[in-house]
Amino acid sequence: MGIGVEFVQHLINGFSLGAIYALIALGYTMVFGILQLINFAHGEVFMLGAFAGMYFSRFFNLGAHPSFWALIATLFFSMATCGVVGFIIEKFAYRPLRKSPRINVLITAVGVSLFLQFSGQLLFGSDPKFFPQIIEAGHGFSFGEIRVNTMQVVVMVISLVLMAILQTIIFKTRLGRAMRAVSFNHDNASLMGIPTDKVISYTFMLGSSLAGAAGVLFGLIYPKIEPLMGSLPGLKAFVAAVLGGVGNVAGAVVGAITLGLAEEFLVGYVTPTFKDALAFAILILILLFKPTGLFGIRRTEKV
Amino acid sequence: MNLLEVKNISVKYGAIEAIRDISFTIKKGEILTLIGSNGAGKSTTLRAISGLVKPAGGQILYKGESITGLAAHLIVKKRICQAPEGRGIFLNLSVEENLDLGAWAAPKEAKYADDLARVFDLFPRLKERRAQNAGTLSGGEQQMLAIGRALMGHPELLLLDEPSLGLAPQIIERIFDIIRMINKSGTTVLLVEQNALQALQVADHGIVLETGKVSLSGLASDLLNSDEVRKAYLGG
Repeated sequence: MGIGVEFVQHLINGFSLGAIYALIALGYTMVFGILQLINFAHGEVFMLGAFAGMYFSRFFNLGAHPSFWALIATLFFSMATCGVVGFIIEKFAYRPLRKSPRINVLITAVGVSLFLQFSGQLLFGSDPKFFPQIIEAGHGFSFGEIRVNTMQVVVMVISLVLMAILQTIIFKTRLGRAMRAVSFNHDNASLMGIPTDKVISYTFMLGSSLAGAAGVLFGLIYPKIEPLMGSLPGLKAFVAAVLGGVGNVAGAVVGAITLGLAEEFLVGYVTPTFKDALAFAILILILLFKPTGLFGIRRTEKV
Repeated sequence: MNLLEVKNISVKYGAIEAIRDISFTIKKGEILTLIGSNGAGKSTTLRAISGLVKPAGGQILYKGESITGLAAHLIVKKRICQAPEGRGIFLNLSVEENLDLGAWAAPKEAKYADDLARVFDLFPRLKERRAQNAGTLSGGEQQMLAIGRALMGHPELLLLDEPSLGLAPQIIERIFDIIRMINKSGTTVLLVEQNALQALQVADHGIVLETGKVSLSGLASDLLNSDEVRKAYLGG
C-alpha cells in the first residue's frame, strides 16, 4: 500500500469515528449553550441508545434480514427512546435545580451519569452484548487501492443528514430561534412570551436523540456494547465540544472531526497505546492556551 | 378605568428587600412614569409586573384580575410587553429574528407582515438593517429594536425600562417622540426613567421611588414644579 493510499484510508477512518463523536458532542454543546451545564450523563444516554437499538433489532430479528430500512427503523426507535430519556433527566434531575448554584447541578449530572451506568448493569447485565448486524456489510467500495467499508459510509452519511437536520432546526425554524434566544438570555426570552422550560426540554430531547443515533452507529462499527461503554466516548465528545468552543454548534462538529482524525493518525502512524490519552492531552492544552476553544467567544456582560 | 393596579408589593432578593409596599395604578391610555435614582427599585417593579420576579407580598391586578406570580411568558400573552433594562436584545440573532420573536405571543389575528411594516415605518433604520446581526447595531438602534420588538407583541400595556440610557441627546428626543406616538395610538405606557425631566414632560402621572418605597406621586406637571423633585432629580 502506498503512502498516499494509507493516508487517505486513515482520513476516512478518522472521519467516521469523528462523525460519531460529533453526534454526541452536539448534545453536550446544545445543553451547555442553553443551561451552561455540562451534562455528564450525556455519555450514558449514548449507551442507552445503543441498547435501545440492540433490543429493538433483536425483537424484530433485524439481524436476520439486514437492510437499509432495518437501520432506519432502529435509528428512529433509538432516537425516540433517548429523546424521552433526555426529557425525563432534565425534568426530574435538572429542572428542580434551575435556580441553584451551578456546582450543585454539575454534581447532580455526575450522579445521574453513575445512576444510569449502574442501573444499566442491573438491567442489561454487565457482560458485553452483541449488537446485531442490521445492515449488510457487503464488499464496500473501492477506489483504486482505497477501500471504504459500507459501515463507514453509512455512519458518515447518516451523521451528515442528522447534522443538516439539526442545523435547519436551529437556524430556520421558530423553535430554533427560540432556542438561540433562550441560550442568550432566559429572562429576555420569557419576556417575548417564549416558554423557556419547554424550549429547554426540547433542547435536551434533540441532543439526546442525536446521542441515541450515535449509539446505534457506534454499535454498527463496534458491535460489542456494555453499560459502561458511554463514559469514554462521552468524555471524548465533551473534549471535542470544548475543543470547538463549548456552546458553539459548528465548533462541536469541527472539534469532533479533529479529534477523530487525531486519534486515527496517532494510532496509524505513531502508537496505538496512547489513543485514549490523546483526548485528555488535547483538553489540557486547550484549557491552558485557548480556554474558549477554537470558535468560542468570550461573552462579556454589558452593564 | 384602571388598567393595572399594583397593591402593596414587596420584592426580596435573598435577605435584601429591593422594593417595599409599593402601590400605584395606571389608567388606560395614559403614560405613567416611575422615576428615581439608581437602585431605587424601578426595574424591580417592572420585573415584578412582568413576572420575572415573584413578589414576596402584595398583589398585581391587570384589568381587575390578579396576575401576581404568573409565569413571565403567560403575562406577555395578556398583552403586557416589556422593553427591558439594557435593551435585552438577542445579540446573536438578526434584527428581523429579534422582531419575529417579539411576535411570539402576538394574538392569533395579528398579521406578522403588517406588524413588521408598522415597526419599520416607526424605525426605518431597522428596515435597512433587518438582515444584520443585532450585535452590530448602535446603542440607539438597539433601543429602537427593543421598543419595536415589544410592539410586535401588540401590547395594551407597554413597559419601558430606561429607554434613554446611554443615548445621545438627539436620539433621546426621537425615542421620547416615538413613545408619545405609541401612546397616542392607544397603548398605555409605564415608563421607567432616570431622566426625570424628559420623562415627566411626556407623562400624565409620575411616581418617585426612593430606596424601594414610593416617596411622591401625582400629576406629572405637578411633580415637575415640586421643589422636592426639582432639587433631587432636576438639578435645582
